[in-house]
Amino acid sequence: MTDGGHLLFYIALLPFVGALLPGLMIRAGRNACAIFTAVPTILALILLMTLAPAVLRGEVIQAEVDWLPQLGLSASFFLDGLGFLFAGMILGVGLLITLYARFYLSGEDPMGQFYTYLLMFQGAMLGIVISDNILLLLVFWELTSLSSFLLIGYWKHLPEGRQGARMALAVTGSGGLAMIGGMLILGNIVGSYNLTDILQAGDAIRASEWYLPALILILLGAFTKSAQFPFHFWLPHAMAAPTPVSAYLHSATMVKAGVFLMARMWPVLAGTDAWFYIVTTTGLVTMVLGALIALFKDDLKALLAFSTVSHLGLLTMLLGFGTTAAAVAAIFHIINHLTFKAALFMTAGIVDHETHTRDIKRLGGLRHLMPITFAIGTLAALSMAGIPLLNGFLSKEMMLEEASHTDWLGSHYAVPVAATIGALLSVAYSFRFVVHVFFGPKRDDYPAAPHDPPFGMWAAPALLVVLVVVIGVAPFLAEGLVTAAANAVTGADLHPHLKLWHGVTPALWMSIIAVVGGAVLLSLHGPLARVWNVAPRPEAKAIFDRLVAALASLARGITETSHNGAISRYLAILTVTSVVLGWIAYSGSGLSAPTRGLLPVPPVIAVVWVMLIVATASVVIMHHHRFRALVLIGIIGLSISAGFAYLSAPDLALTQISVETVTIMLLLLALHFMPKITPRESPIGLKLRDGFIALTAGSGVGALAYAFLMRDIETISDYHIENSYEGGGGTNVVNVILVDFRGYDTYGEIIVLGIAGLVIYALMHALLDGPAARRLRNMDYSQDRSRDRHPLMMVVVTRVLMPIVVVVGIYIFLRGHNEPGGGFVAGLVIAIALLMQYMASGFAWTQERKKIEYHTMIGLGVVIAGLTGAGAWLAGQPFLTSAYTYVHLPPIEEFELATAMLFDLGVFLTVLGAVMLMLYSLSRIARFAGATVNVEPMDYDPGEQVTDAKTET
Amino acid sequence: MEMIVASTIAVLTAGGVYLLLRLRTFPVILGLALLSYAVNVFLFASGRLAIDQSPILSRYGEATYTDPLPQALVLTAIVISFGMTAVLVMIGLGAFLEAETDQIDIEQQDDEKGPQA
Repeated sequence: MTDGGHLLFYIALLPFVGALLPGLMIRAGRNACAIFTAVPTILALILLMTLAPAVLRGEVIQAEVDWLPQLGLSASFFLDGLGFLFAGMILGVGLLITLYARFYLSGEDPMGQFYTYLLMFQGAMLGIVISDNILLLLVFWELTSLSSFLLIGYWKHLPEGRQGARMALAVTGSGGLAMIGGMLILGNIVGSYNLTDILQAGDAIRASEWYLPALILILLGAFTKSAQFPFHFWLPHAMAAPTPVSAYLHSATMVKAGVFLMARMWPVLAGTDAWFYIVTTTGLVTMVLGALIALFKDDLKALLAFSTVSHLGLLTMLLGFGTTAAAVAAIFHIINHLTFKAALFMTAGIVDHETHTRDIKRLGGLRHLMPITFAIGTLAALSMAGIPLLNGFLSKEMMLEEASHTDWLGSHYAVPVAATIGALLSVAYSFRFVVHVFFGPKRDDYPAAPHDPPFGMWAAPALLVVLVVVIGVAPFLAEGLVTAAANAVTGADLHPHLKLWHGVTPALWMSIIAVVGGAVLLSLHGPLARVWNVAPRPEAKAIFDRLVAALASLARGITETSHNGAISRYLAILTVTSVVLGWIAYSGSGLSAPTRGLLPVPPVIAVVWVMLIVATASVVIMHHHRFRALVLIGIIGLSISAGFAYLSAPDLALTQISVETVTIMLLLLALHFMPKITPRESPIGLKLRDGFIALTAGSGVGALAYAFLMRDIETISDYHIENSYEGGGGTNVVNVILVDFRGYDTYGEIIVLGIAGLVIYALMHALLDGPAARRLRNMDYSQDRSRDRHPLMMVVVTRVLMPIVVVVGIYIFLRGHNEPGGGFVAGLVIAIALLMQYMASGFAWTQERKKIEYHTMIGLGVVIAGLTGAGAWLAGQPFLTSAYTYVHLPPIEEFELATAMLFDLGVFLTVLGAVMLMLYSLSRIARFAGATVNVEPMDYDPGEQVTDAKTET
Repeated sequence: MEMIVASTIAVLTAGGVYLLLRLRTFPVILGLALLSYAVNVFLFASGRLAIDQSPILSRYGEATYTDPLPQALVLTAIVISFGMTAVLVMIGLGAFLEAETDQIDIEQQDDEKGPQA
C-alpha cells in the first residue's frame, strides 16, 4: 500500500455510505437533503485533491485488501492520471448536478430517492475508475447499469421512462455480460486479475490466440456502454430521465465508462490491426451517423443525445488510431466534451423547465427573454461546433490533425473526409441549437412564459462555461492534467503542448470547411428536414421491441412446454436428462479392467433377493391397491435390512428395520384419510413411455453400480479405522464417525430432522384451520372402523412390552459407541414402543400420560448436542472435539464415559421427538376427523363384565 | 454377490422411477420410498461389499474391516429420507383434503373443481 492509499478506500466508500443519508434527510426538507448529498461528494473530492500533487507528478497510488483471494478477487484500488481525471470529473460534475437538481426537481418528485440513486451511481462510477482488480471493476460496472436503470426510470409514471430504463439496462447489461467473459480471458492469459499486472503484460496478451475473442468481448461491453453504433439506440431513449440525470450519466460519466475502459486497456489491447479496424471504424460510423441524426431531431434533448453519440464516436475513433498523439487528443476532448455538453444539457433543462417544452419547433426568440441562459447555451454550443477561443476548437483541431494522416484500408482519404463530414454536421446541429432556440422572432405561443431561472439553477452550467472559455483561451492550464492522464493511458512519458495556433495545417482547412459547410447546411435545414422525414429508415426501438418480444415468447414457449404444471413431466425430464448425462459421461472415457472378483452367494441370500425382486415387481403391478402396496414395501425394507446385516453393516440393518416400522405406520395413518384405490387412468402409451424410462434408468444405475463394485478405490477410511479407538474412544467405527469424526454433519442432520417434524406439525395446524377441517369433519369413516378398537391382548402385551423395550432402547443407546447401536437407533426403538401404546390404548389415554412435549424434546436434543460440541471450546479445542475417560465403580465393570455419548443423547432426543411429533400430528387429524376418544384403556372394562356376570347368577 | 446388489439397485430404481411418474400422490410417495432404498443401497455399495468384516474394532488382534464411511453416511440418509417421506406424506394428505383429489397434474384440474365453500 503506497502513501495515501488508504484514502482510496474512503473515496470509494463515501458515496455508498452517503447514499443512506438523503432518504432520511428529506424529512428535514429539500435543502437539507441536497446538502447532505453534497457533503459526501465534497469530502471525497477533498480527499481526491490531497492526492492530486502525487498523481500529477506521475505517481501511482495503490491500496489493496484481500477479499476472496481464492477467486483472485481483492478489494484493491489504484489511482493514476487517468483514474484521477475521471474521478475528478465524476465528483466535480456530481456536485454541480446535486445543486442543479435541487432546483430542477419539482415538489412532487421524491427527492430523497433521487439523491440516493445519484450517490449510488456516483459510487459505482468512482469504483470503475479506481478499481485495480478487474473482477471488482466488473462489479462496479454492473452497479452503474443498475443504478442508471433506477435513475432513467425515476419518473415511474412515464411509460417512456420505464421503457427507456429497461432498454438501457438490457443493452448495457448484456454488454456487461460479454465483458465479464472478455475480462476473465484476460485474467487467464496474464494469471492475475489485477489491472496493474495486466497492464504490464501487453505483449503476452496480444500474442495470445485468445486475444481476438477477449478483444471482441471487452469491446462489446465498452461499445454498449458508450452507445457506439449499432448499440447507440438506447441512449436517446434514456433521455426520458430527468435532465440532471441526462447531464450527469449520459454526457459526463456513464457513457464515458466505455471510453474509459478502452483508454484503460489501450496499452494492452491497442496497436493491432484488429483493434484499429474494429474501433476506428465503429467510432467513425458512430460519429457521422450520430451527427446526421442529431441535425434532424426536434427535441432538444434528443439532439444533444445524438450529438453525444457522435462525440463518443469521435473519442472511440481517436483511441482506435492507436497513436499516442491521438490518445492525447482523446483525453483532452474528454475534458472538453464534459464541460460543454453538461452545460448544454443543463441549458436544455432550463429551457424545458421555464417554457415547458423541448420541441425546437415551438421555441425561438428566447435570447431577450432568457439572456443568461442564452449566453451560457451559445458559448457552450459554439464550443461544441469547434469555434476558436473555446475549448472544443482545440481538441477538434487535434482530432482532425490525427485523422488527416490516417490511412484506412489503403485509402488516404477515407478517414479525413469522413471526419470532416462529421465535424461539418456537428457545426450544423450546434448552430441549430443556438439559432432555432434563441434567435428568430419572439413568439407568443410558448406553453409557459419564459424567463431566466434562479441563480442556483444557472450557477452550475455557468461555471462549466467559464471552464470552456478559460481552457479555450489558455489551454496550457489543462496541460498538467492531460499529461498525467495521457501518460497513464499510453504508458509512455509524453510532454504534449496544448496550443491555440498550430499554423496553417490541413486540420485548419478541414475546420474551415466544416464551419462554412455547417452554416450552409443549416440554412438549407427546412427542405432537408422534409426530405429526411419522408425518407424510410430503420426504427431502432421497434426492432429492439420485436427482438425482446421474440426472445420472451421463445422463453415462454420453452417454459410452458417443459413446465406445464404436470409434475410427472418434470420428473420424466429430470430422469431422462440424468440418464443421458450418465451415458455421455460413460461414453467419454470408457472403463478400466475389473480388479475385484465376485463374492459367493449363499442360498439364503438368494432367497431374500428373489423375495425382494418379486415384492418390487408386485408393488409396481399392484400399486393401485394401496394397502397391499404398503405391505409389500414393508417386505422390501426388511429384505434390505437383511442384506445390510449380511454385508457387514449391522448399524444399517438396525436403523433400516426400525425406520421401516415407523415409515409403514406413518403411511398407514395417512392412508386412512386417502382413497384406498388408485384409479387406473394412465393411457397405455403413457405407461409404455414411463416403463421405458424406468427400465433405462434402472439398468443404467444398476450397470453403474456393478461397474464400480468390480473395481477397487482409494478410500480415506483407514484413517477412521485407525483413530476410532485412540481418538474417538469407541470401537464401533460407524458410530464414532457419526458422533465424532463427522459430528458436524450429524449435528446438521438432526436439525433437519427436527425441522421436518416441526414442518409437519405446522402443516397439520394449517390444515385444521383451513377448509380441509370442515371436509374432515364430514367424512364418514365408520366403514373402516373396527368394532374392537383396543383389543385386550394388544393392550396387555404392549404395556408389558413397554418397560422392556425402553430397557432395550437404553441398552442400544449405551452400547452404541462400541457395538452396533447408538442414538439414532435407540430413538427409533423408543419411538416404536411409544407408538405401540398409542395404537393399543388409544390416543387420549397415551397423551394424558405423556410428560414432555415432543417439540421440547427436539429442541432439547439439538441444544444438548450443540452444547456438547461447544463444550470443547472450554478446553480450547474446536467445536465438537470429543473427550473420554474410563470410570471404574466397584460393583460394575470398568466402563467408558465420553462426551460423544452426550452428543449421542442429543441425537437420540431429537430423533425421538421428531418421529413422535410427525405421527402425533397425523393422529391429531384423525381425532379431528371424528375418531372418538376412549378415556379408559379399553373400550370396555373386562372386570366390570365379570362382576355383571356374577350379579346375573 | 455383486450381481445381486447391482440388480437389486436396478430393480428398485426402475420400480421407483415408474411409480414416481404416476399421476396420483400415493404411488409417487411409494416410488420415492423405493428410490430411497435404491439410493441408500447404491451409496452403501460404493464402499464395496464385504462379508463378516463389520467395522467394529476387534479386541483380539489384527482383523480387516469393511469401509465404515459410506455406512455412516447411509445411516443418516436412511433417517433423513424417513423425515422427507413424512413431510411429503403430510403435503400429499393436505393437498388431497384441500382439493378433494390426489391428482398431481394441475393441468388436468379445472377451476370449476376448485375449493368448495
